[in-house]
Amino acid sequence: MNTKLTVSTSPHVHSEFTTRNIMGMVILALAPAGIMGVYFLGLRSLGVIAACILACVVSEWVWQKYVMHTKITVNDLSAVVTGLLLAYNLPPTIPIWMAVVGSVFAIIIVKQFYGGIGCNIVNPALAARAMMLISWPSAMTTWTINGISGPTPLAAMKAGSVAGLPSICDMLMGNMAGCIGETSSLLLIMGGAYLVWEGVLSARIPLTYILTKAILSALFNHGGGMYPIHEMLTGGLLIGAIFMATDYTTSPMSEKGQYIYAAGCALLTALIRTWGGYPEGVSFSILIMNIAVPLIDQYTTPRVLGAPKNGYFKRTGGK
Amino acid sequence: MNLPTFLGGVHPPEGKALTEHKAIELLRPSDSPREFVYPLGLHIGAPCSPIVKKGDTVLAGQKIADTDAFVSAPKYSAVSGTVKAIEPRMAFTGAMEMSIVIDSDGQYTPAPSLHEALGHKPTPADYVKLIRESGLVGLGGACFPTHVKLSPPKDKIIHHVIINAAECEPFLNCDNRLMLESPDEILRGLEFVLEIFPQAEGVIAIESNKPEAIQTMTEHNKNPKIRIMPLKVKYPQGAEKMIIWSVTGQEVPVVPALPADVGCIVLNTRTVWQIWAAIEKGQPVTERIVTVSGDAVVEPKNLQVPLGLSTRELVNACGGFSEEPVKIISGGPMMGIAMRSLDVPVVKGTSGVLALTKKLAYVAEESACIRCGKCVEVCPMHLEPTTLDHFVRRRQYAEFEAHGGMNCIECGSCAYTCPASRHLVQSYKDGKASVNAARRKAAAEAKAKAAAEKPAEAK
Repeated sequence: MNTKLTVSTSPHVHSEFTTRNIMGMVILALAPAGIMGVYFLGLRSLGVIAACILACVVSEWVWQKYVMHTKITVNDLSAVVTGLLLAYNLPPTIPIWMAVVGSVFAIIIVKQFYGGIGCNIVNPALAARAMMLISWPSAMTTWTINGISGPTPLAAMKAGSVAGLPSICDMLMGNMAGCIGETSSLLLIMGGAYLVWEGVLSARIPLTYILTKAILSALFNHGGGMYPIHEMLTGGLLIGAIFMATDYTTSPMSEKGQYIYAAGCALLTALIRTWGGYPEGVSFSILIMNIAVPLIDQYTTPRVLGAPKNGYFKRTGGK
Repeated sequence: MNLPTFLGGVHPPEGKALTEHKAIELLRPSDSPREFVYPLGLHIGAPCSPIVKKGDTVLAGQKIADTDAFVSAPKYSAVSGTVKAIEPRMAFTGAMEMSIVIDSDGQYTPAPSLHEALGHKPTPADYVKLIRESGLVGLGGACFPTHVKLSPPKDKIIHHVIINAAECEPFLNCDNRLMLESPDEILRGLEFVLEIFPQAEGVIAIESNKPEAIQTMTEHNKNPKIRIMPLKVKYPQGAEKMIIWSVTGQEVPVVPALPADVGCIVLNTRTVWQIWAAIEKGQPVTERIVTVSGDAVVEPKNLQVPLGLSTRELVNACGGFSEEPVKIISGGPMMGIAMRSLDVPVVKGTSGVLALTKKLAYVAEESACIRCGKCVEVCPMHLEPTTLDHFVRRRQYAEFEAHGGMNCIECGSCAYTCPASRHLVQSYKDGKASVNAARRKAAAEAKAKAAAEKPAEAK
């Protein structure tokens, strides 16, 4: 035996999780809803998805190669996920250049300015969507399905018109006005279930978010009794709860923290949807709760095994 | 099946099947001269001083090094022969350790038993003394002197003596095989310990992936004070605090508390067997069982080998390597130490020798933490591994300590599960060592200050 032996600290075996294969599984989980979106909303949606992914990956690569001169990490697929999520949150009619500007904003300003993967304080796709919603309000809220433009079911409910609401079945499949990837509720739920099954996500955040939201919509009831179910299936609640609020970097790490965070997202969504200016509340709720994550983390550190119940280790507040 | 367990933990691939059904083989090379090396330290506590000198002849089972320190254990030669040298030799840790080198004559001529030195048949009052004399330390790998464990403070009443037969490390099977092949000796050893602690109940805790061992122990156990307890298969089930939690539902308080604070003593399976050997037969610790396994070994085996034998002989006895190993590990793959060379002696803590190929022992490149929280979920001590890692990397050792870092048991569950392959355990080892160094420095300074102030007062 004359090979060199590797000497390193234990453990010497490793689980199959890597950042890259986790991101790969997220992409796989997101794909069916996107295919359904393209099917119902038209081929143009595919162009938007491609533009966002390409813009995200290229801007990350250019930034790392020519501006920061650091290691290029586009291989971890996180930029692809960001592009995909942003595209899923855009209407199919969005001008491509706007989608590209949004993608570059997400990667450069929200992600890389803060230090890249794992360091951003808010979800890049959501922050880009919020920026676009404020910059181009009309392009971001024009919905066309089957050649007819009209409001999303959520906007219609908010405006008090319940006549033209799609059936629950159409909502589950995704045959309604909305953003590219947010309409097909059934496939989003299946994607989430797959990630939970693979151990990528825990069901804590999505379930807490959706259930708390359902209870709150029932409480804040602004119309008939069917609203909670309709609300659950429209306006990006599912994609938000399953794929956006669960973003590793911008959600709390402890179990207790995750419950608080998800309940906070649900409360803000209910408040914005009921009394706010926008019919849609998921993006802003998650963004606001993202900002609260360091605080939540600080106060929900798990009790060390064997420490007294009232907390043995005093937080000293990041000295 | 809802078997008792703890919160957290991981499920690494077990790899037990390689040696599960291999009976323990005795390996005692009789060629002469053959070097046997006995490092003076490598247990928890004070290192020993040699009590033989170069040129002395020794017998198999003769004491060759000892110390007056309480927390320590003497060393015995496993072979008869001549002391060749007392010099630094490389140990499994990769460090040079002062060692006694003995040239074996291949005869294994036995030395008088420990009972002869005692002069009478041992009574319970002699047990702890005899165990100390036998050089027994925790044979699971940590090497904490057993007689210290068996001497808890007088005010602590021991109500559980737990035999740690979880053997949660992947690949290792030495405890499993010992239970199948010598159940009566283990039970008798436990009864000896229960004689020291008459108020205690004996519990043999076994992970449920060893059904044959559970069955054998249950069949052989006739003592109503001893209970066999299957535990859920999960790493690190065999960590002291985890097994106490699983068996009794009690949490051992944070460091520096000890199991005795919750009335528990945890002993490894082979350790209990050696207690039987020391009390019943007057045998010191001169041999141990080692699982030689891994995907690079031709024929994985469980070997009973004399201490001091070169690890290379163990691998040769298993047919050598089938493929070039990338890593050779002393112990299990989760907590074992990667060795630099095969030419190091088997010591009391060598529970396994694993040769892993690139397929299993892949060392991934670190990438940025994505805050996925998997480490928090799996940490059996309920720490926040990634937060502690950040503190160590910024050299904020006080923060590391304040967030409970000293409670880390280095089980490696966090690093095993980390998708970014962060070298987490490396950080905690650094953090703990730095905190301990700072404590020693502070203590030394306080002492020096007190010494400096004393003459001033005298004036």
